Formats: sequence, C-alpha cells, structure tokens
Amino acid sequence: MLLNQFLLLSAILFSIGVYGVIVRRNGVLVLMSIELILNAVNINFVAFSTYWGPSGQVFALFAIAIAAAEVGVGLAIVLLIYRNRRSINVDELDELKG
Amino acid sequence: MGMWFLDNVWILPALMGLSFLSILLFGKRFPRKGHEIGIFFVAIAFVLSLFTAGSWISRVNDDGHHAAFADVPAHCSGVAAHHEAAAAGGEHAAAADDGHGAATRPVVNCATWFDSGQGSVTIGTMVDGQSVMMLVVVTLISLLVHIFSTDYVHGDRRYTHYFAFLSLFTASMLFFVLAENTLQMIVGWELVGVCSFALIGHWWEEKPNSDAALKAFLTNRVGDVGLLIGMIILYFAADRSFSVLDINVLAASGEIGRGLLLAASLCLIAAVMSKSGQFILHTWLPDAMAGPTPVSALIHAATMVVAGIYMVARLYPVFFEGLSISGSSINALAVVGAVTALFGALLAFVQSDIKKVLAYSTVSQLGFMVTSLGMGAWTAAMFHLFTHAFFKACLFLGAGSLSHAANHSFDMVNDMGGLKKVMPITYRTYVIATLALAGIFPFAGFWSKDEILAGSGAFPGTEGANGTYTLMLVMLLLGAFCTAAYMTRTIWYAFEGEYRGKGHPHESGPRITVPLVILAVFAVIAGVFNLPWDVPVIGAHAFQTYVEPIGAYFPSLSHAEFHPVLAVVSLVVALAGIGAAYLYYWKGALAPLQGLAERNRLAAWGKNVLVNKYYFDWLYTTVITGFIKGPLARAANWTNQHIIDGIVNGVGRGAATTGRWVYDNVDQTVVDGAVNTSGVTASAAGGVLRVLQSGRVQQYAALFFAAVAVLTGVFVVVIG
Repeated sequence: MLLNQFLLLSAILFSIGVYGVIVRRNGVLVLMSIELILNAVNINFVAFSTYWGPSGQVFALFAIAIAAAEVGVGLAIVLLIYRNRRSINVDELDELKG
Repeated sequence: MGMWFLDNVWILPALMGLSFLSILLFGKRFPRKGHEIGIFFVAIAFVLSLFTAGSWISRVNDDGHHAAFADVPAHCSGVAAHHEAAAAGGEHAAAADDGHGAATRPVVNCATWFDSGQGSVTIGTMVDGQSVMMLVVVTLISLLVHIFSTDYVHGDRRYTHYFAFLSLFTASMLFFVLAENTLQMIVGWELVGVCSFALIGHWWEEKPNSDAALKAFLTNRVGDVGLLIGMIILYFAADRSFSVLDINVLAASGEIGRGLLLAASLCLIAAVMSKSGQFILHTWLPDAMAGPTPVSALIHAATMVVAGIYMVARLYPVFFEGLSISGSSINALAVVGAVTALFGALLAFVQSDIKKVLAYSTVSQLGFMVTSLGMGAWTAAMFHLFTHAFFKACLFLGAGSLSHAANHSFDMVNDMGGLKKVMPITYRTYVIATLALAGIFPFAGFWSKDEILAGSGAFPGTEGANGTYTLMLVMLLLGAFCTAAYMTRTIWYAFEGEYRGKGHPHESGPRITVPLVILAVFAVIAGVFNLPWDVPVIGAHAFQTYVEPIGAYFPSLSHAEFHPVLAVVSLVVALAGIGAAYLYYWKGALAPLQGLAERNRLAAWGKNVLVNKYYFDWLYTTVITGFIKGPLARAANWTNQHIIDGIVNGVGRGAATTGRWVYDNVDQTVVDGAVNTSGVTASAAGGVLRVLQSGRVQQYAALFFAAVAVLTGVFVVVIG
C-alpha cells in the first residue's frame, strides 16, 4: 500500500502546523495551525487503520470531535483577548515575562 | 403488563429530554411560550412513574420462586453472567438466593454504548424500589414546580428558556436515578450540576447571580474529583466493571478488600460533601438562592442535592463495608452528617433572608440523611428524603408566594410581617410544613426523623440498630431543637406583627396556592407510608418493604424498632424548640437573652462567627485563593530572585573569590583567563535563564517542540 505516502503527507502537515504555531503572530492562525497538527495525527490514525482494524478511524472521529470543542474554546479566548486589547497579536501577550 | 413499565422505564428521562428539545426549538411559537409542553410531558412522566411504582409493588408482592438475577441480562452485569453460566452448568440458578430467603429482584436493561478493547460499556436502566421511589418524588415535585412557575416567573425575559431547563433538570435527575452503571451515574451527576448552574444563574445580568452560579459549579467540581477517583477505584476493584449491580454484589460479599472500599468511600464522601451541601463544601448552597424560587424548591427537594444522598444509598455496600458501619460507633460519613446537621441549623438563626434560612435548613436536613446512612439506617434516610421533599418544597414555594406579595423581596426581617391575615393559604401551608420539618406528631417529618434517631441505636431500647452512635444521637437531637426554633422564628418575622414592606400584599393566585396545598397535604400524610403499626391498605413498614433492597446486592441490615420513649423525647425536644422561640418572639420573655450579643462578649463572638458562616467563605476566597494568587506567586518570584539568581550569582562570586585567591597565590597570567571565563559563563547562564522567561507562548512552544525532537532522537538512538 501507499502507507509511506500518507505518513509523509502527515509529517509535512505536522511540520507546517508546528511552523505556524511557532511563527504566526495572529492568534487565529495559531489556532488553525493547531488544527493542522491534529489533522496530521488523524491522517496517521486512518492510514494505520488499514492494517489494524477500524479502531484507528474511531479514534480519528473522536479527535475530530475534540478538535471542534478545542477550537470553540480557543476562539472564545481569542475573542475575549480581542475585546480587551483590540488586537490578537500573540507577541503582545507577554504578561508572564519573568 | 407488569414487567412492561419496569423494562421500558427509559421512556421517562427520554420524555423529559424530548420536552427540553421541543421547548428549546419550538417553545416560543406556542401560545403559552412553551410551558404547556413542559407541563404536558412532566404530567405524563408522573403518571408513568406511578404505573412503574405499581408494577414494582406487585413484583415485590409476587412470592413465586425466582432466581435473584433472573431479570438481569448477562451482557449488563458480570455477576449475572456468572450466575447464568452456573445455572447452565447444571447447578441450580437459585445460588444467589442462598441464605437470603426472600430477595428483591432488580430489573436491569441495557444496550451497548460503545465497545472498547477492555470490553463494552453499556447504557441502561436499573430499577428497584429505591429508584422507583425517586421517580415518583422527582416527577411529582417537578410537576408542581412547573405549575407554580407559570405564575411565578410570568413575563420573565427568558420564560421559554426557563421551562426548557426545568425539563432538562428533571430529565437529568431521572437519568441519574435510573443509571445502571457508574459511568452513567457520573454523566447524570454532571448533567444535574450543569442544569443547576444554568438555573441558579437564570438572571445572570446581575453580577451576584452569575457569581452564585459559578460558585455552585466550581464548588461541585472540587467534589467531582472525589467522585471520579472513587468510581475509578470501584471500576478496578469490581474486576473492571462499571455495573452498579456488580460493584454492590462484590462489595457486599467481601470479594473487594476493605482497604479499597474505604479509599473509594472516602473519595465518594467528598463528592457527597459538595453535591449535598455537607460541611465543609456547603457554602455554595445558600448562595444558590440567587436563582428563581421554584428552582430552589426543585434543587432542594428532589433533584440536585439529593443526588449525593442517592449515590450513597445506591452504592451502599461500598460504604457499609468500607466504613465498617455495622457494630461501630463512629465513622466518617456519620461524623460529616452530624456536624452538618447541627452546625447548619445554627447558621439558620442569623439569616434575615427567608430563603437562606430554608437553605441552611436543607443543609441541616441533608446532614440528618447522611448521618442516618452513616449509622446504617438506610431506610430511615430514604424515608426522610421522601418526606423532606414534600415539606421542603412546600416551604420554598411558600417563601416564593410570600416574596410575590412582598415586592419580590426575601428579606423577612425588613420587608415582611403581618402576612397571616392577607395570605391565609400561604400561612396555613407554611405552618403545616414547618410543623412537619420540626418533627411534630403526627406530621410526616416526625416519623422519618424518629426513625433516624432510633437508627442511631444509642437510645436504651433501640439495640436492634446496626451500631451504637451515641454522639450522633446527641447532635441530631440538638439539631432537631434548633430546627424547630429557627423555623418558628421565620413564622414570627414573615407572618406576625405589622407589615414592614412596601405596597399592599395580597394572596397569590391559584397556580401558586394549589401546589402549596397539595404539598401541605403530603407534608401531613406522607408519614403513613412507614408507620410501625399495621394500617389498612398500606400495612406496617410499607416503605421499608418496597423500597429497601434485600439480597446479594445489598448488606443485610437490621432495623431499630419504633420506641415510644424516644419518640416522646424527640417530640419534647422539638416542642421545646418551638416553645423557646415562641417565648422569645411572641412574649418577649427570656429577657436576659434579648440583645445578649450587644452586652456579652462571648455571645457577640458567637454571633459574629455565625454571621460570617464560620468563616468558610473567607477561608476559601481569602486564604486559599489568596494564598495561591499572592504568596505562592510571590514565593515563585522570591525563588527566582534569591535561589536561582543566588545560585548563579553565588557561582560567579565564588568563582571570582577563588580567582582572587589564585591570583594572589598562584601565577597571575595562567589564572586570569580562568577567572574571567567562569565569571562570564556564570552571568551568561543567568542571562540565558532570564531569556527563557519571556512570557511569549510561541517561544515556549518552540522550546517544547525542540525538546520533543531532541528526546525523540535520543529515543530512536537508544531503542532503535
């Protein structure tokens, strides 16, 4: 099968996601990058499920549901930050600076 | 017909869930804004639960010889599967009956929820006397609260939304009491919590209300941790089974070790403390009065707070064995309950808000139930839950009716008074419910409270109980005295004297008074269900016969007999409470007590402690939260400044000193370089450490991913 292609795709998606999380300044884009990471994992789950039965697909469904919840919370946070600071630039959120 | 209701009891929560959805989706289009949907469904649910109760009673009466787990499908319970296998192997299936003679036979039904590697998780219903009793109580109280609400919250800005959540609240509680496994119980437990959060904060535009809702929710989270841990312990202890039946059978038969059961029951007690408002996690309950009054009635009588009591009762073998209730004289459950019963009652004396008096009264009465469970008087606890539901709902709805008349104020000291004449129905029902709560013969509360006191086994002549809980008996009697006194106080402030509020009060309409009258009737007669004497139709100890489980899934309890002297003593104590309050308020007697707090420093101190609710709120918000916010943050900063910087600086300084010593003693040219290098290294290390604390999440993320990458590399090299 084409397992390694899928794994490669997932690795690329994952790396793009990590890149986005680290580099993007826009809070929404950071959240979107996290989605990329999650979906990279989902691809792995589904790809491996051809070998080890359908439980991988079930996990992928769970991951999708949880990702939806996570994005709900994340967007709410971003919205509140925007209301309070009129900006969603994550670089400005450094109040925990030691 | 008999089995149909017991097998299909899932319809009840499903109906209420359907009611919730239809009100939410279509409620606003209905002519009465959705309340007719809620009342329609809850009335059906009430009728169905009466039929279910009838089926259960005929099932208990049916004396035919049956295997104890005949109506428990094998895929729902490991124990039932075991029995079935034994029966198929030629042994007689009556194995479970051995040594028990008569046994009540719970009806279990389940479907597979989902399969996982360890087996399947089921969802279903487990019906026995206890859950049937709760079905009737929950649906009846909910029905009356629905009717009451149509008048009470009339014209509210979120009228439809309010009724939708009443339905969901009822559905959650029905789901909880029918739960067949512990996982389902947790779901129901949390659903009830969410609904109470939504309803307490119904008028969330005002900050105190949304604060109260949050407080209720967050305080419950504390106990929920205990619930989760306890249920996980039980899951593994019962050989990886969530089934309530399995857990109970294994715990009762001693197949689960005492230590495990003790750990599980202590964790679950934490959950009871938060849900059922026991000391020291009771602080949310009085604040929850911020919600609409009918909701308070529902929370206090039938749904939210009794969930904790019900959970203990449902998993009773765990507590009975884990805490060694039988033959003992003290245990954690009884202590928590007795402390709550007494100290909650004391708090009610200093409240001027009538609803808060009732809230502390609930705290105290729940303490009675928990103590009773802790003393092994299971039936007494459930019976008290049953009678308490009626008179407490009556009191709360009565308080709602009062505030309806008194300009929506609940302040009985400043805004009420003299309402006896203008509100005769509210007055009479309130007095009846008060007498029931105080435990005056022959009202309902007298019988259930008396059973609890007898269940302590400490009074001479009640040796038939499971232990001798002398301390609990004394504390409960003191609690009963206080109960009678503070309830008389509320009657004085609300109904006697002159009207102190604004406007002209008037009696409430029929949609408010009819539920009050119905509840008052129950507050009078509910005691007949468990009379010690043989009454026509109902018989002696009917409640015990039909509600208390017998068999392998329940410890074999012994019951204290009704004791006339103890009954007289408890009656005298209650009358003394009423009498003391009567003398104090009506007659102005006990003059030395009037204004005692102003003259005596000790009394002033005592009153101050009560007014500040034993400083629990202060402890939580100022001490604990304050400690985490203030000193802990400061301590972290101090550690950073002194220890980490100190180490860095110390290394630098040490290096410099060493350098100087070497400079002085050894050849300068060789040493200079070393000194500088170590000094620079040390300060660079300090600089690097400081850069790490940038406060930028993305930088942390980058470090995190880098660390993962490095660790993965190491892992691959080492393993691969």
